[in-house]
Amino acid sequence: MDFETSKGASRKLPQTATARTVPHVNLDIRESAERPTPATLERHALIRSEEAGVQLNLGELWQYRELLYFLTLRDIKVRYKQTLMGVAWVIIQPLTTVLIFTLVFNRFVRLDTGSLPYPLFALSGLLLWLFFANAVTNSTHSLVINANLITKVYFPRMFIPAASVGAGLVDLGVAFLLLIVLGFYYGVVLTLNILLLPLFVLMMALLALGVGLLSAAFTVKYRDLRHALPFITQLWMFASPVIYPTSIVPERWKWLVIINPAAGIIEGFRASLTGRPFDWVNVSISAVITLAVLVCAVYIFRRFEDTFADVV
Amino acid sequence: MNLAIKIKHVSKRYRIGGLHPGYMTFREMLAGVVTAPFRRLKSGNGHQTLWALSDINLEIGQGELVGIIGHNGAGKSTLLKILSRVTKPTTGEVELFGRIGSLLEVGTGFHPDLTGRENIYLSGAILGMRRAEIDRKFDEIVAFSELEKFIETSVKWYSSGMYVRLAFSVAAHLEPEILMMDEVLAVGDAAFQQKCLDKMHDIRQQGRTILFVSHDMAAITRLCKRVVLLENGKITFDGEPREVVKRYLSSSLKTGALREWPNQPEAPGDKVVRLRRVRVRAEAGDTVAVVDIQRPVSIEVTYDVLEKGHVLVPVIEFYNEAGTELFSTHDTSANWRRNPRPRGTYTSTVQIPGNLLAEGSLVGHVSIMSHFPATVLHAHERSAVAFQVVDSPAGDSARGDYIGPMPGVVRPLLNWTTEDNVEPNSKE
Repeated sequence: MDFETSKGASRKLPQTATARTVPHVNLDIRESAERPTPATLERHALIRSEEAGVQLNLGELWQYRELLYFLTLRDIKVRYKQTLMGVAWVIIQPLTTVLIFTLVFNRFVRLDTGSLPYPLFALSGLLLWLFFANAVTNSTHSLVINANLITKVYFPRMFIPAASVGAGLVDLGVAFLLLIVLGFYYGVVLTLNILLLPLFVLMMALLALGVGLLSAAFTVKYRDLRHALPFITQLWMFASPVIYPTSIVPERWKWLVIINPAAGIIEGFRASLTGRPFDWVNVSISAVITLAVLVCAVYIFRRFEDTFADVV
Repeated sequence: MNLAIKIKHVSKRYRIGGLHPGYMTFREMLAGVVTAPFRRLKSGNGHQTLWALSDINLEIGQGELVGIIGHNGAGKSTLLKILSRVTKPTTGEVELFGRIGSLLEVGTGFHPDLTGRENIYLSGAILGMRRAEIDRKFDEIVAFSELEKFIETSVKWYSSGMYVRLAFSVAAHLEPEILMMDEVLAVGDAAFQQKCLDKMHDIRQQGRTILFVSHDMAAITRLCKRVVLLENGKITFDGEPREVVKRYLSSSLKTGALREWPNQPEAPGDKVVRLRRVRVRAEAGDTVAVVDIQRPVSIEVTYDVLEKGHVLVPVIEFYNEAGTELFSTHDTSANWRRNPRPRGTYTSTVQIPGNLLAEGSLVGHVSIMSHFPATVLHAHERSAVAFQVVDSPAGDSARGDYIGPMPGVVRPLLNWTTEDNVEPNSKE
């Protein structure tokens, strides 16, 4: 009589009628086919109102972890498929920047960068900084760009900016080739310090994630913030020892370098490349501040998250 | 009965109007901070609030197939957005028992530059599938979409039909315990639509819950046993589809199965004829809004003749929802044909046989005219009555066992014969 299950229909109709009702579906197959338990993300979900407050729900992030991988993969693939020059672009940006700064600070103004040749010094700082700046910029725009996803399907929104940071890491890896070439050219000898390199990359990634999440969340709400962003990152770069060494910073401005987490990370990154001793105090302060920024960012992002779909 | 969805006092408020959309600029926020102390002096702050949903309570059991119907803006999509967790309710709570999936937005997460294969993984992950699960179902998804040859091609080169097929295939293999469906059935060709319906049937057979959102009355009555009617953010009806149809027709077509004009001067007509009542009648004589496609249905027109001596012909024109005129019918019965009528009250009835009309909403325009000696339109009422013809895939109507949409404005039950052309000498 109607679109009912065999269970419902067989109660009212003789068996022949049931079979006639649904000829498209082979009932025998249906019954016998073992139903694989779907790899369900959640069995029971409670959707609470906006008034119920912020839930960090970190377990959920773990459940959806594969999505982070696929979103990152998408960002990488799309980037390298769309651009004509593909990989080359990732190299050209730091290369030209280093050339400019080398010209300014090595030819016109003489900067003392210790035993390290200036181009190598600047490139090591710039690589990490450009990764940070690009990751923050991309995560800031990511939510607005992915508005069609956000308004249609639920998943932890945090993964969208996080994927931008993840994709940035791949760019960093590619651009690192440039550093290797330059290192060979200047005959840099690696020490055991190099083993700590991934730690500083990770710290920078976490800092980028923290700042990116904050900036992304606020940008959804206050659209004009994105105009301020390039300006802010520019200022931040000049406030960090990217193209100049910390040693030239006057004593009364030293505190700025210390509270700037990017400074400690960049110096540490350089030290692990060159084998110079680490400034553990600075590195620890940077680590603490980075984690603090990240925790605040996650909290604020979660708070804003609920309204993204309504305002984006 | 185990519950699949429990909605408790859910309301959703949107801010609308004002000077800007949902987001504001940082500059405005700063300005807002400065002017905030003074704002109380003014009445209102430029925002209007709209309650897209107000105090929705609904319980849906596991394995139920529930239709949700309502006009645009009634709150259907807001409800679905809340259920799919895209947006949070302003107040209230929802409990979901089982994974929820939706076929509302097929192609969510598709990226034009990625290949079909890459998009299956991406979209699957976004919809909540595990990688291992996608691996396992990959071949099935591709086979379902019938796009084996193009799976390594960027989807931007796909036709829109191919795109939708792939997107639907991914969504259909999500195997959610609770499935939400929209008008996705309107996409693709007839064969693919049938495939979708079979899939839906399949999901239903496994005891899963389906929410079917539509404003297609025909599809809802054909598929669902329980229908929820949303009007202005509230549930105004929850029950049998036939009951819901009545309410929906009266609100959507602005007319129902019965129309009466108690005050003669206000009734449609002129000094010769005034309409009194028009109704849709079942065989048994009762007024009905919903008619089974196989049963005859009558339209009954009651009118007062105020001036004698005119030859009067009742006329009814039938239109479907799309505004297509199906046919018109005149009273050609012998007793008043060419016979001038005395004054009095008359009731003319026309019976439409079963197995003639296609399913859907029909509207009848009723007129009384005389075309002898000259054509004069005495009374005319557009959309005097409306009714819904429903079909069910029970096997004995013209649709047989087919459960998909059938085109055409008529659906006669015709005689088919198929013979086995066995040649005498080829017998084994």
